[in-house]
Amino acid sequence: MTNKLINPTRASEIVKNSITKRRAKDNRLKLYGRIAIGLAVCFLIFLFSSIFIKGYPGFFQYYVTLDINFDRERIDPQGDLSDNSLFNGEASKIVNEALFTIIDPKGRKAKKQAKKMVSSGKDVRLTNLVQSNPNLFGTVSSVKFALDDDIDSFLRGYIKRETPESERRISDQIIKFVDKLDKEGRISYEFSDYILNGSASGNPEMAGIKGAFFGSILTLSVCLLIAFPLGVATAVYLEEVAKKNKITELIEVNINNLAAVPSVVFGIMGLAIFISIFGMPRSIPLVGGMVLALMTLPTIIISSRAAIRAVPPSVRDAAYGIGASKLQVIFHHVIPLAMPGMLTGTIIGMAQALGETAPLLMIGMVAFIVDVPNSVMDPGTVLPVQIFMWADFAERMFVQKTSAAIIILLGFLISMNAFAIYLRKKLERRW
Amino acid sequence: MTHYYGIFCSLSALLPTLGVFFIFTICDDLVFAELVKEYIPNEVINSKDYNFTIVLAQINNSVEGLVFGTPPQWVTNAAEIWKSWVIKSNILTTIVCAITILTSGFLSYKKINSEFRSRNAVEKIIMTLLAISSVIAILTTIAIIFSVIFESIRFFALIPFDEFLFGTVWNPQFEGAERAGSGQEGLSQYGSVPLFAGTFLISFIALSVSIPIGLSSAIYLSEYATSKERAIFKPLLEILAGIPTVVYGFFAALTVAPFLRSSGSFFGLDVASESALAAGLVMGIMIIPFISSLSDDVINAVPQSLRDAGYGLGSTKNETVLKIVLPAALPGVVASIILAVSRAVGETMIVVMAAGLAANLTANPLEAVTTVTSQIVTILVGDQEFESAKTLSAFALALTLIIITLGMNFYALHIVKKYREQYD
Repeated sequence: MTNKLINPTRASEIVKNSITKRRAKDNRLKLYGRIAIGLAVCFLIFLFSSIFIKGYPGFFQYYVTLDINFDRERIDPQGDLSDNSLFNGEASKIVNEALFTIIDPKGRKAKKQAKKMVSSGKDVRLTNLVQSNPNLFGTVSSVKFALDDDIDSFLRGYIKRETPESERRISDQIIKFVDKLDKEGRISYEFSDYILNGSASGNPEMAGIKGAFFGSILTLSVCLLIAFPLGVATAVYLEEVAKKNKITELIEVNINNLAAVPSVVFGIMGLAIFISIFGMPRSIPLVGGMVLALMTLPTIIISSRAAIRAVPPSVRDAAYGIGASKLQVIFHHVIPLAMPGMLTGTIIGMAQALGETAPLLMIGMVAFIVDVPNSVMDPGTVLPVQIFMWADFAERMFVQKTSAAIIILLGFLISMNAFAIYLRKKLERRW
Repeated sequence: MTHYYGIFCSLSALLPTLGVFFIFTICDDLVFAELVKEYIPNEVINSKDYNFTIVLAQINNSVEGLVFGTPPQWVTNAAEIWKSWVIKSNILTTIVCAITILTSGFLSYKKINSEFRSRNAVEKIIMTLLAISSVIAILTTIAIIFSVIFESIRFFALIPFDEFLFGTVWNPQFEGAERAGSGQEGLSQYGSVPLFAGTFLISFIALSVSIPIGLSSAIYLSEYATSKERAIFKPLLEILAGIPTVVYGFFAALTVAPFLRSSGSFFGLDVASESALAAGLVMGIMIIPFISSLSDDVINAVPQSLRDAGYGLGSTKNETVLKIVLPAALPGVVASIILAVSRAVGETMIVVMAAGLAANLTANPLEAVTTVTSQIVTILVGDQEFESAKTLSAFALALTLIIITLGMNFYALHIVKKYREQYD
């Protein structure tokens, strides 16, 4: 030993003197950890609360109640309630007249401005109403119509009365009209029936998520129908059937790679393979679902393999012992026992697919589509893409509607993940 | 087990038929596209701006009844002929499918006798199906690589390789494919350096947010936290990874960016409304869980005996963690950071929504930059001219993106594999 030995009393003194410092260091590290977690949780809370505060008003909007004279001759000239007949009717003129009787605009210019106060969906709203309830004909009843988005923003206080008229999106004249309507108690702030039932629209007061919602459902169904069987089959093959050789190794490497490929690349593949080579149409949920299926496949395979691996070998041995074949062991014992784990992985994969945007932009699901898609071959869009499109619009009301759509999307994601956790807790078995 | 005979018969009848059906439905359009060339008049083929893809699209639109304006007579004629082919091919498909299903069904039915082991035969078929489905992963990879490589080769035929890799100006314009000989050279420039600089600037900002936060929380969660704290905070952090990126993009563009802008002007700084900083910060929040979860796992995997040895020598928890546990877990931690980088490089929606499209070559995080992914999206969304260098450039960008992310992924896995068993 060349090291000089320290006298034990001296050594204990050194330790004693340094111990407070070392303990302080220890506490500091602990504090850093707490601060880091605190920051992350704060971000999370801030994100959720900022979106919730912005989005909550998006579920509501301002309506004006008008007394409509349901004159059958004018609304439904052919008298058969067909779309064509109602289209030829004077629904929007009737709404305007009802408005004019209250606010009484003087002159052509005032009338022209007043017409724009009620959302341009007024005629559709009126015709839908009589189509669902023809008894209204011949009566005078009050109906609620959405107000134009600029007036909505004014009533919410985003457009200030004090701003000079030239810098305001609405004129003094309209403010006067709005005051008049307000004084008569005709304006009400209510749960918006457009956000859930409306489809894509350039008018923020009429925009809703119905089309995107059904598009998401169709896309996810395609994705599930392709990804779940394929994923489970691959997992079963790799865990139960295949011998360890070069080919299975190659498959495993590929699965890991696919999990690392950026999602936008899957979109490019969809564009190049499904659309260019196979000649499938753009913007349809079928192609979207296929692309998302290939994207979620690694998630499903990896979790399914873990679930299969968790089934104890004794179960298989028992089944083999009473004469079951390999396939019977797999389909009668291993898969049923591994099903909770597989389902959990699948739900998490579907939640990923539900929130995915970039690959769907590539295959054209970003188009402006008003109709609700009825089949996987109809052009459609999905919730996250709808959010992306709305986020680009400048109108104040779109910000609220976008946040409202985000709340709905997050609601679905959270409930899917919660369901996956519940499933795992409920069906999980310890061996 | 009598039902295996039935299963055997139906499987061996259905599977070939399904195969035939798919081949017919996929191939008929390709065959029609070849045949329809006969019906395109010569003067159209010889004209200067002849493009078969566009002509085909015209005919297809006409077949589906989408008519814009008045198409030339020959398009309508070709569409009529196309329609008649569709009817013929439908009949043909039905007949061929019926024949296949009957013959293969009959053949398999004839096989059945008391000696025939139907269970084994069925198992063989199903095993093959399982094997085929597992090959899909390989097929997808091949599809991805090929879809990108072919277009990239065409791109590099138009634009020299070194100009793309080392050029410092990115200014793509639609100008058709005639760049090579039209004397318009210099109009568009495809130097990808600003895009990669922007990508790495944003990734750098993201990592300088997520590495300190992710690592400290991983250390805290695995070494200091009680099991109750762990049960609460680990899932909370993982929520961050489950939020859709479009939500982050919206948050970055509408909350963080205006906030940075106003606080920047408060300090006298000029912050662009689409700054790299906003996108990078929000992306950093997004990738915290990628670092914290993986690092947490590898720190937990360090054997307890190492810690005990540290305590046995009289070290404090801090010293044990920093000088023993962390070095032991370092390969895994590095791997998690590399994976986070590859996630940041490939992230799309946040940069599309918050980072802007201006290809600035700058290291200033307060300016607007653009990234590889956001250029891919802007180029490929909407209508494209398929032959132009601009469209093809997106594929070349995608190729480099794939190479970078896959390279990082391989490297990370390699590190993990190499050092995994060191302490077992």
